[in-house]
Amino acid sequence: MTTTPLAVAPGTSPAAAAGRPSRRGGPRRSRVLTGCVLAVFCAIWVYPFVWLLSASLKTPGEIFGKGLSLLPDRLVWENYARAWNEVGFSDYMLNSVLITVGTVLLVVVRSALAGYVLGRADFPGKKGIMAVFLITFFLPEGYTIIPITQLTDQLGLLNTHLGVILGLGAGGQVAATLLYAGYFRSLPKELEECARVDGAGPLTIFFTVMLPLAVPVTATVVILQFLNAWNAYLLPLVFTLSQPDLRTLAVGMTAFSGEYGTDYTGLAAAAVISLAPVLAVFVALQRQFVDSIAGAVKQ
Amino acid sequence: MTTAPTPAVPAGPSAADAVVRRPAPSFWVRLRRSWWIYLFLLPTFLGYGAYTVYPLLASWWYALLDWPGFALRGTFVGLDNFRMLLTDDLFWNAFANSMLFLVIAVPLRVGGALLLALVLNSRFAPMRSLFRTLIFLPVVTTSAIVGVVFTLILDAGGPVNTALVSMALLESPVNFAANSGTSLVTVVAVWVWKWLGITMIYWLAALQTIPPEIGEAARMDRASVWQEFRHITLPMLVPFLVIITLIDVISALNVFDLAVTLTGGGPAFSSEVMEIFIYRTAFQATVPELGYASAAAVLFGLMTMALALAQGLGVRAVRRRQS
Repeated sequence: MTTTPLAVAPGTSPAAAAGRPSRRGGPRRSRVLTGCVLAVFCAIWVYPFVWLLSASLKTPGEIFGKGLSLLPDRLVWENYARAWNEVGFSDYMLNSVLITVGTVLLVVVRSALAGYVLGRADFPGKKGIMAVFLITFFLPEGYTIIPITQLTDQLGLLNTHLGVILGLGAGGQVAATLLYAGYFRSLPKELEECARVDGAGPLTIFFTVMLPLAVPVTATVVILQFLNAWNAYLLPLVFTLSQPDLRTLAVGMTAFSGEYGTDYTGLAAAAVISLAPVLAVFVALQRQFVDSIAGAVKQ
Repeated sequence: MTTAPTPAVPAGPSAADAVVRRPAPSFWVRLRRSWWIYLFLLPTFLGYGAYTVYPLLASWWYALLDWPGFALRGTFVGLDNFRMLLTDDLFWNAFANSMLFLVIAVPLRVGGALLLALVLNSRFAPMRSLFRTLIFLPVVTTSAIVGVVFTLILDAGGPVNTALVSMALLESPVNFAANSGTSLVTVVAVWVWKWLGITMIYWLAALQTIPPEIGEAARMDRASVWQEFRHITLPMLVPFLVIITLIDVISALNVFDLAVTLTGGGPAFSSEVMEIFIYRTAFQATVPELGYASAAAVLFGLMTMALALAQGLGVRAVRRRQS
């Protein structure tokens, strides 16, 4: 990592040179310069998305035949119809939505309950649970996929939506539990005591008092799990190897490129269909996305 | 719900009573009083136990079996799988590719993201949130789909080759993902593009912890931007550097989705990383070898944990030196 400062120098020093000598006008010129550099950089950065969108509306001859031109001669919406109806992306979309909703619900309920207990109560075995969490925090998915597949097969859940949901949401996700634990720990003790005086039991207190207070954490966990489940690939791939109807968008996409290898425009349309929901949610909720991710790391 | 009022009793009658009673509730009393705690933990016990702890342990057992995929169970062969792995060129090839990927991709991602974060955080940057959003965009997309899309973009007839050839940076088009000399570097490049935005957000969060007055004071003393960075910002970023590198290293070891869809590990295993080796051995071979693949997975898991542990110790050492 010793190269990092060197890498930084060329980018910042021109700005410094322009900003220092003349006190007036200098910083403004630096702002324009920095803005231009950033604009060019970002244009290159998002170019793949623009190219994809344009490719999805071209004819097969245009996609590689027109050089760098992004504008198709005529908008070929049939590419979308083909991917959606014939290749089966309507089914893949439904599978992705079902699996994502199921996984998010499972993780929120499971980690909120556990996080509440770990954050606020003292009980025998707490240290042991935390130790197991820390040991398994960085467990790679490739490590556990074989036993999880065997287990799911034995439960009779291989090739079912429930099997994929449990595989994605039942284990792991330590970060979600720790986020809830940290948040609940920070709430004042009096909250439960008041409710308890009113005769509420632990379950009532949790669902009527504590969980509604934890909306910010729930938003973070929902966003992180939405990305995790929507973008999952290895587990849905392995779980649906013998059941094409259960493919998610990600798995369907690679199956498409394998089976209809040369239908590049259909492939591009299918990719737009698959990426559009997650990009739309991101653009609508970008503040929350960025804060969730930055917040989760600070923990 | 009948036992629910019990926890309230010690707090109810008198504070003195609670003080006398609290020091020594026996294990069984505490257990009975806290039934609800275990009820709350039940979903985690079941789910985490079955889907995380059990697979962790089962992998070790599977690794000791000779288990062709279609058989119901394997036969115990001791450490044979590990012995075979150590002389398997393809295993070492995958190991070397994973390490090479790590060594090239992580510094690029961590350093590139720091550079962008510094620029976006500087007083010269206009329209910060727009640029931040655009750079972050690839992060939310699906790796497996990005992999497929980039096989088109990087195709010999695709836009990248057209641009490079027309700018005379390339003599003739190269199918980057399908060329054994460039396939691994291609995965590195797309991976860095895909994830740079999230590391940039980490760095921006880290830079927020530096009070702006320090920079102002440095400018009053006519320190250059470079001096300010070298002597003020950089030392304050070191603890974050260790944590961010750890997160990115773990992420680099989980490159399966992107690599398998972009290059499939090929051509001729030139970009086959550890997870693809495991997946191919367990699920894609003509005779799937679950025991052999599990042994590779166990070694891979140990490697990951060793790296995480080493960096965890690094974090602690840095914190201790600073306090």
